Amino acid sequence: MRWQVFIILSLSLLVLASCGTKPRELLNVSYDPTRELYQEFNVAFQQHWLQTHNEEVIIRQSHGSSGSQARAIIDGLPADVATLALAYDIDAIAAKEIIATDWLTQRPNNSSPYTSTIVFLVRKGNPKQITDWDDLIREDVSVITPNPKTSGGARWNYLAALGYAQNTYATEQQVTDFVHKLYRNVAVLDTGARASTTTFAEKGIGDVLITWENEALLAIKQLQANDFTLVTPSQSILAEPSVAVVDRTVDEHDTRELAEAYISYLYSEVGQDLAAKHFYRPRDEKIAERYREQFPPLTLFTVEQLGGWQSLQRIHFSDGGKFDQIYTGGTK
Amino acid sequence: MREHKGIKLALIFTMYGYIILFLLVPLLFIFTKALEQGVAVYLAAILDEEARSAIRLTLLVTAITVPLNTLFGISAAWAITKFDFKGKQLLLSLIELPFAVSPVIAGLMFILFFSPSGVLGTVITDFGLRIIFSVPGIVLATMFVTLPFVARELIPVMEAQGRAEEEAAISLGANGFQMFKRVTLPAIKWGLLYGVILCSARAVGEFGAVSIVSGRIRGMTNTMPLHIEILYNEYQFAAAFAVASLMSLLAVITLFIKVWIEHRTHTSTR
Amino acid sequence: MKKNILPGFGITMGITTLYVSLFVLVPISLLLIKTASLSLDEFITIVTNERVMHAYKVSLTTAFIAAFLNAIFGLLLAWVLVRYRFPGRRIIDGLIDLPFALPTAVAGMTLAALYGPEGWFGQFFQKLGIPIAYTSSGIVIALMFIGLPFVVRMVQPVLENLPKETEEAATSLGASRFQTFHKVIFPEIVPALLAGFSLALARGLGEYGSVVFIAGNMPMKTEVAPLLIMSKLEQFDYAGATAIGVVMLLLSFTFLIIINILQKWHRKHELR
Repeated sequence: MRWQVFIILSLSLLVLASCGTKPRELLNVSYDPTRELYQEFNVAFQQHWLQTHNEEVIIRQSHGSSGSQARAIIDGLPADVATLALAYDIDAIAAKEIIATDWLTQRPNNSSPYTSTIVFLVRKGNPKQITDWDDLIREDVSVITPNPKTSGGARWNYLAALGYAQNTYATEQQVTDFVHKLYRNVAVLDTGARASTTTFAEKGIGDVLITWENEALLAIKQLQANDFTLVTPSQSILAEPSVAVVDRTVDEHDTRELAEAYISYLYSEVGQDLAAKHFYRPRDEKIAERYREQFPPLTLFTVEQLGGWQSLQRIHFSDGGKFDQIYTGGTK
Repeated sequence: MREHKGIKLALIFTMYGYIILFLLVPLLFIFTKALEQGVAVYLAAILDEEARSAIRLTLLVTAITVPLNTLFGISAAWAITKFDFKGKQLLLSLIELPFAVSPVIAGLMFILFFSPSGVLGTVITDFGLRIIFSVPGIVLATMFVTLPFVARELIPVMEAQGRAEEEAAISLGANGFQMFKRVTLPAIKWGLLYGVILCSARAVGEFGAVSIVSGRIRGMTNTMPLHIEILYNEYQFAAAFAVASLMSLLAVITLFIKVWIEHRTHTSTR
Repeated sequence: MKKNILPGFGITMGITTLYVSLFVLVPISLLLIKTASLSLDEFITIVTNERVMHAYKVSLTTAFIAAFLNAIFGLLLAWVLVRYRFPGRRIIDGLIDLPFALPTAVAGMTLAALYGPEGWFGQFFQKLGIPIAYTSSGIVIALMFIGLPFVVRMVQPVLENLPKETEEAATSLGASRFQTFHKVIFPEIVPALLAGFSLALARGLGEYGSVVFIAGNMPMKTEVAPLLIMSKLEQFDYAGATAIGVVMLLLSFTFLIIINILQKWHRKHELR
C-alpha cells in the first residue's frame, strides 16, 4: 500500500505547488453589451496592476444576459466583480448576502462608473421621419425592442418610454395607453438586446430599433455604417449600469484588494476614457468634454424619479404586471 | 422487392427536394456566411485561442459522455429486449424521460443540486469541489440530455431481432462475450452506430442545458455552441458561422465510419 | 414460459437501474420537490395563467405538426437511403445528423435568415403573401429541422436488418407491391416509426434555442412554453420556472408512455 500513499502525497504536493506559482485570477461577470469595453479594459488593468504592484494577474470574463448572470452568481459562479445592466440584478444578489446590501452607496455615482441612455436607430435617411417618442406609436411604424421580462436592457427601454409618457401626458390612463400602443407596434420581441439589433440590422425587420446608446453607436460602427441613422429623442432615461465587488468570492479567494482596485480603475481617467471610447457616457466631466460630439445633450430622468427598481419591477414586470397586461388585455 | 420505376424516381426526387430545402441550403448558407469575409477570417476564427479552447472542451465532454452512455445503452437494451420482467414499460419510459425534459429545466436541475443553497451545496463547498460552472457540471448536463439515444436506438432493433439466435449460440456452448461479439453485435451494428452518432451529435451541439450550468467563462467553460453565441453577439457573424461550419465535419466522420463498417461486413461475409 | 438461458441479466439490469436512478430519478424528484415548495393554489395559478396556457397551445400544436411531418418525411428518407442507390447517397446519409450537431442557436439564426422576409426562401414566400419567419409556421420549420434525425435514424437500422427473404416470399406468393409494404414491411417498422415520432414530439415541446430566433416571441401569439420558463428564471422565480417545467415534463412523458403502450399493443397484435 505504500506506493499508493506516495502517489497521493506527490499528487497533492503537485497541486499545492501549482497553486503557488499560478498567477491570481479575477473573474468579471458582466452582461452582453460590455464585451468590447472589458476586452480592452482588462488589458489596461493588467498592465496597470503589473506596474503598480509588480504582479501579473489573469482577468477572466463572462458575458450573458444580465438576469441570468446574476442568477449564476447567486448559484455559485465565483465572480469577483459583477458589472451588470441594472441595479435590480445586483440587489437580487445582495438579497442573498453574497454582496453587501449597501453596495449602491459604496462607490461614487450610485456605483455606476459609466452611464448610457435609450435612443432610436432608424433606417438610413430616416424614411419614416421618426424624431421622438410620439412617432413610435404611429400606426405606420414598426418597432423592434427586446422583451423586458428576459432582458435587462429591454427594461430600460420600457422605462424610458414610460418616463416620457409620464412627463408628457396628464392622466395615468394616457400613460398606459401610450405604452400599450408602443408595444403593440413591436414586430419581433427578441429575448435580448443583441438579438434585437440583429433582427433589425441583419434581417431588415422594423422601422425603428429602441436600444442603448452604446449599442446603437457600436452597431453603426460594426455593421454597415451607412445603413442606419441614430435618432436621439428629446428626453430619455439615465441608464446606470451597476458595478460591485462580490464579497463572498473575494473573501474566499483573498482577492478583495484586487477587485476593489479593478473597480476603482473604472473610475480612473484611463477607465473613463475607455468607457467613452466604447460609447458609454463617462462620469468624468473632463473626459466627457473630449467626447462631446459623440453624445448629444438631452433631458435625462432617473429610475428613482419613476419610483425606484423594486416598485417598478413589482408594478410593471412581475407576472400579471402592467407589461403582461399589454398582451392579455387585462386593462386597456 | 422490385418497385415500379416511377414510384422509385418520385420517392428519390421528393427526398432530394427535402434534403436540399432542409439540409443543403442551410449548410450552404452557413458556409456562405462563414467565408463572406474571406478564407483568412475563416481560419483566424477557427484557430483563435478561445475557439480552440472551446473545441477542446466540447471534444472532452463528448469523449466522456458518449462511451458512458453507450455502455448504458447496450446494457439497458439487452436487459429490456432479451428478458421479461415486471415494470419493463416503466423502465423504458424512464429511460426516455430526459427527452421529455426541456433542456433549460435539465440545466436547472443540476443547479438545484449543486448550488451553494442546493441539496448537495454544503457538501460540495466543504470539500472545495466545483461542479456547476465548471467542467463536471457541463459533463453531467450533457450526459443527462443525451442519455436515452443509444438505448432508444437499439431497443427496436434488438426487439426485431428476437432471442433465438443468441439462445442458439449459448446452447452451442458459446460464452457471453463470444455470443455478444459473434451474434448480437453484427445484428445491432447499424442501430449502435446511429445511436452513437446521434448521441455524439447532440453532445457536441447541446446549448440550452449547458448554457445554464456553464457560467460562460471565456477560455475556460465555454463550449463550441456557447462560443458561437458569443461571436454572434459580438457581431462577428463570419467567425460565428465559421466555427459552426466545423460541425459539418461530423457528417464526414459518419460517412467514414459507415464505409468502414460496410467494408468490414463485406469482407467478413466472404 | 420457458426458461431464459441468455446471460448477463444481472449485470445489465444493475447498470441500467443504477444509471437511471442516478441520472434520471434523483434529479427529477428534486425538480418535483422544488415545485412542491409552492402551495397547490399557487401552482395552479402559475400553470393556468392565460399567457402560459396559450404558450402550451402554441408549443403543443407546432411540436405535433412538426413531429407528424417528420414521421412522414423521415420514413421516406430512411426508405430511400436504405433501398435505393442514387448519386450523393452517402453524403446525404452522413448529413442527416447535422441538425443535432449544429447548436440550436445556429439552426435558429440560419433558418430565421433563410425564411425572413429578405431571406433566400422568405422573399419567395413573402411574394405569395405567406410570411414564414416570426409566425407559428416559422416555429414548425425550426422544429422540423431539429427533429429531422429522429425518425430517419430510428427507422433506418430496422429497414437495414429486415430480411429480404420475407419480402421476396410475399411477392412470390402473389402479393402486390403495396400489399407487401402494407402487410410485411410496415408492421416491422411501426415501433421504430412511433418511437421516432414520440422523440421528435418531446424534443419539439422542450425546444428553446432555435425557436426563439424564428418565432418572433409575441405573447399570446408565438410565445412558446420554454420561453416562459426562461423569463421566469430571469426574474429569479425558480419555483415558477420549475412549475411550468413540470407541466411540460408531464405532458411529454404522457405522450411517451402512450406511444410505448401503443407499441406494446402493436407487438401483441402482430404476434397473434
